Amino acid sequence: MSGRSILKRIDWLSVFIYFALVFIGWINIYSSTFTDEHSSIFDFSTLYGKQLFFIGVSLVTIVVVLALEVNFYERFSSLLYLLSMVSLLGLFVFGKTIAGATSWYDLGFFNLQPSELAKVATALALAKYLSDIQTDIKRRKDQFYALLIILVPAILIIPQPDPGSALVFFAMIFVIFREGLPLYYLVIILSLILVFVTTLMFGTVWLIIGLALLIIILFATKRKTLKIPVIPLSLVSVAVILFSLSVNFVFNNVFEQRHRDRFGLWLRLEKDPKKLEQIRKSIGYNTYQSEKAIESGGFFGKGFLEGTRTKGDFVPEQHTDYIFSTVGEEWGFLGTATVIILFTVLFLRLISLAERQKNAFARMYGYGVISILLIHYFINIGMVIGILPTIGIPLPFFSYGGSGLLFFTILLFIFLRLDTNRLKESF
Amino acid sequence: MRKILLSLIIVVIAITFLGRLSYLQIFSFSAEQVLEDPAIKAIYDYPERGYIYDRNGHLLVGNDPAYDVMVIPREVQPLDTLEFCGLLGIDKEKFVEKLRRARVYSPRLPSVLVPQLSKQDYAKLQEKMRKYKGFYIQKRSLRYYDTPSAANVLGYISEVNEGDLAVNKYYVQGELKGRTGVERYYEDLLRGRKGVQYIQKDRFNRDIGPYKNGTIDTLPEQGKQISITIDKALQEYGELLMNGKRGGIVAIEPATGEILSMISGPTYDPALLVGRERSKNYTKLYNDTIANPTWDRSIHAQQPPGSPFKTLNALIALQEGVLDVNTTIQCYHGFYVGKKKRGCHCGGGLRSLNKGISQSCNAYFAGAFRKIYEKFETTDEGMDVWEKHMKSFGLGDYLGYDLPFGQKGRIPNKEYYDKWYGDNRWSSSYIISNAIGQGEILATPVQLANMTAAIANRGHYFTPHILKKIEGKDITEPKFTEAKHTTIDPKHFEPVVQGMADVYVSGTARWLQIPGIEVAGKTGTAENFTKIDGVRTQLTDHSVFVAFAPVDNPKIAIAVYIENGYFGSRYAGHIATLMIEKYLKGEITLKTLEKRMLEKTLEAEYAKPYSGEEFKINERVW
Repeated sequence: MSGRSILKRIDWLSVFIYFALVFIGWINIYSSTFTDEHSSIFDFSTLYGKQLFFIGVSLVTIVVVLALEVNFYERFSSLLYLLSMVSLLGLFVFGKTIAGATSWYDLGFFNLQPSELAKVATALALAKYLSDIQTDIKRRKDQFYALLIILVPAILIIPQPDPGSALVFFAMIFVIFREGLPLYYLVIILSLILVFVTTLMFGTVWLIIGLALLIIILFATKRKTLKIPVIPLSLVSVAVILFSLSVNFVFNNVFEQRHRDRFGLWLRLEKDPKKLEQIRKSIGYNTYQSEKAIESGGFFGKGFLEGTRTKGDFVPEQHTDYIFSTVGEEWGFLGTATVIILFTVLFLRLISLAERQKNAFARMYGYGVISILLIHYFINIGMVIGILPTIGIPLPFFSYGGSGLLFFTILLFIFLRLDTNRLKESF
Repeated sequence: MRKILLSLIIVVIAITFLGRLSYLQIFSFSAEQVLEDPAIKAIYDYPERGYIYDRNGHLLVGNDPAYDVMVIPREVQPLDTLEFCGLLGIDKEKFVEKLRRARVYSPRLPSVLVPQLSKQDYAKLQEKMRKYKGFYIQKRSLRYYDTPSAANVLGYISEVNEGDLAVNKYYVQGELKGRTGVERYYEDLLRGRKGVQYIQKDRFNRDIGPYKNGTIDTLPEQGKQISITIDKALQEYGELLMNGKRGGIVAIEPATGEILSMISGPTYDPALLVGRERSKNYTKLYNDTIANPTWDRSIHAQQPPGSPFKTLNALIALQEGVLDVNTTIQCYHGFYVGKKKRGCHCGGGLRSLNKGISQSCNAYFAGAFRKIYEKFETTDEGMDVWEKHMKSFGLGDYLGYDLPFGQKGRIPNKEYYDKWYGDNRWSSSYIISNAIGQGEILATPVQLANMTAAIANRGHYFTPHILKKIEGKDITEPKFTEAKHTTIDPKHFEPVVQGMADVYVSGTARWLQIPGIEVAGKTGTAENFTKIDGVRTQLTDHSVFVAFAPVDNPKIAIAVYIENGYFGSRYAGHIATLMIEKYLKGEITLKTLEKRMLEKTLEAEYAKPYSGEEFKINERVW
């Protein structure tokens, strides 16, 4: 296929949103790392200058990604996956430690984060495995293998320690769901989360009362024709209560105080204002400052480079994980809503792109891309605006960081490249 | 279902995010956050507090520079501690401890290391200061008093507290505010308006430049210079005379209502409440609950006025036409209420208005008081008329002067007695003590002075006030410049004034005459009681005196109230007379009186109720 037809067929809406996000992201990195000593935006000793350099690198990479043959990605996905797992393993020996996490290779001019590569590789490998003619996702064995592809990198990443990045891989379960993993897996996961949260918030006693009420309602409203499965129901109830009790046990005995504090802050468990103030000053500091910064932006924001809290460096890690708070302070609700809408449109667009693929590999890879981007976006912004506990993962295309930007770009553009070939069932 | 699940999740997430963001940025947002924003620090530029001058342009209160030695702990370099401590005048242990505390407070923010250096210490230290990195001298402004007197009038300033901050948004922690007296009442004038400079800070609280390039900064507005109506010399002299006595003196210029002096005894040097020793001194003064030096008796002490009150009853009787100048009333060395005899010191015989006043005849005024009530069918009506006349002299209610505190005093009305005796169960006989200023009547010294000024003016007064000029311009506030008329016809005043003049010529104060000045006055001796171990015990009478001079075209009206001073002509009469001479002549010719007042104290009298022993009252002292 010629370069011209690629340009003709590529999904320009996605490309446009990508560039919009990268541009807005860089503007805010500039603002949050800017100091009054004026220097050129191409000054690579500054963080915004470095980020600009990586944007340039990403543009070159886009050209390369689009230029490669479509079937290259499917063919080499297994090898890539293997390579990336090796690179993760290699960290245990050659890794460079930054801020307590051994997640980088020092390449001299730049620190490479192999977990970013692993995200691309895993999405490709999972798509490849699921699209294989011999794979039947209804089979337990195949479900297990699919889960294994996700779990291996996650398990390798957790001890870095970088639990946030590990979490990202679990999001790829969505791909398996899309391809037919029974929905009761999802129901079970969601129920466990629900029981976990309600136990912490209201206690086991209320959970049992709620459960009893639910069963009573079930019996009261049952139709004559419907037979209630009594035995499974009682088994589930017992399991729920046991899980709830074990949550209490784990929370109080296994979790460390900082974990308890995090959940306490998230679920607003701590009612004592003095302790709350204490938590705010320690582990809740980031979230508190970032919420305050966003709040102080109001509807219209304070204006570009006018964010007082941003300038004062009140929000830690503001150019990386907390970049969204800069948007909130300087561009106000108008800015934050714009970013949310851009991401939402991008995701919905990518879903429709994935759904229009004739080729199963392309579709599944598409879902992988969406899952990865979505989980980053959800956890990051949820954390910054204070509705999720603190989990340090970057906002795609936005946060400062070379590896991140580069591999998110590769992740997205491989899919857009596959999409240019959407009419063909196989490559 | 599977296909739309993810889309659904994406939309739900978007709605959740937008909801949370609109909660934060639209509903929680408030525009006043600039001041709460930790990234913006307001730096204030304080204008100098206004000076206070007396009525003749003599300085009363100014400002004095004070020098605080400040430290920023993290900028401190190793130094010659011994030499530095020597320069500061503190020992090494204290220095180390102070430095440690400053570090605990904040390593990056300045703390006071040594407050308020003397000028001498400052001069020595200043040259060598640059040797000590991390230390610097901060100039501050303290109140400086050019008089040891008038503490009660001038008031003092102190740091704002939580309550002030909640009430008035202007102030921030650490600022000073007038607490009492002129400093409080004219706080806004004296203070001026501070300038504000907004500084952008980083999270370590370091300056990183002006906020919004200084476009919302403001310049300070200077505090106003004011002149008050107090005569510095008279005030100082009066406080000298008050040595060892408790009570109040208020002198007013009748033609304007300007307060010439306002003295409370015992008092304190206003300079005690400034500087390093401030809090120690304050506690000491505040804890003296017996002598109560911080309690301004001139405006707070509500006491029975005693005989000076007779002049008002005379005026009311004349106004109501129940007697004329020639009406006489028999004094039997007292008078009868039913079968009970009440005493009188006047000497007895037939008393007219003139003699009634000049000899202070109780029987005459009891008779006059009865006549007022007999004019009306019911006691209630009589009471209403009497109350109306009394209140027109500024008694029984706040006067409206420009000081922050005060007391109403008391002119009892019919409701008051109905409560005591029951409706229609009382008559003028029950309340006959009011005729001679005892009974249920209470007045403060400033009210008595104002009453005297109204008599001096023959029927009107100007609300007493303390502010004379703002930045050299006379005040024009109608409240103080418009006359208030009493309900008594001016023509009735002459005979009463004549009676008061005769007090000095042939009456109860005939020993107090001032050569060359015709004075009108009225003595008063007020019975008073206290409780000792729950037993109502009578103490030595209060000495009361009101006077004005000269009789024609009066320049000064004065009320003196000396607690437990016995006869009105003694302490109160002496002091009033000396004050008048001092004010009108500028010097004292009555040396004997002056010597007596400067030497005699009432400390022994005040100690009696606390002695725990039996004691005599109303003893002869000279």
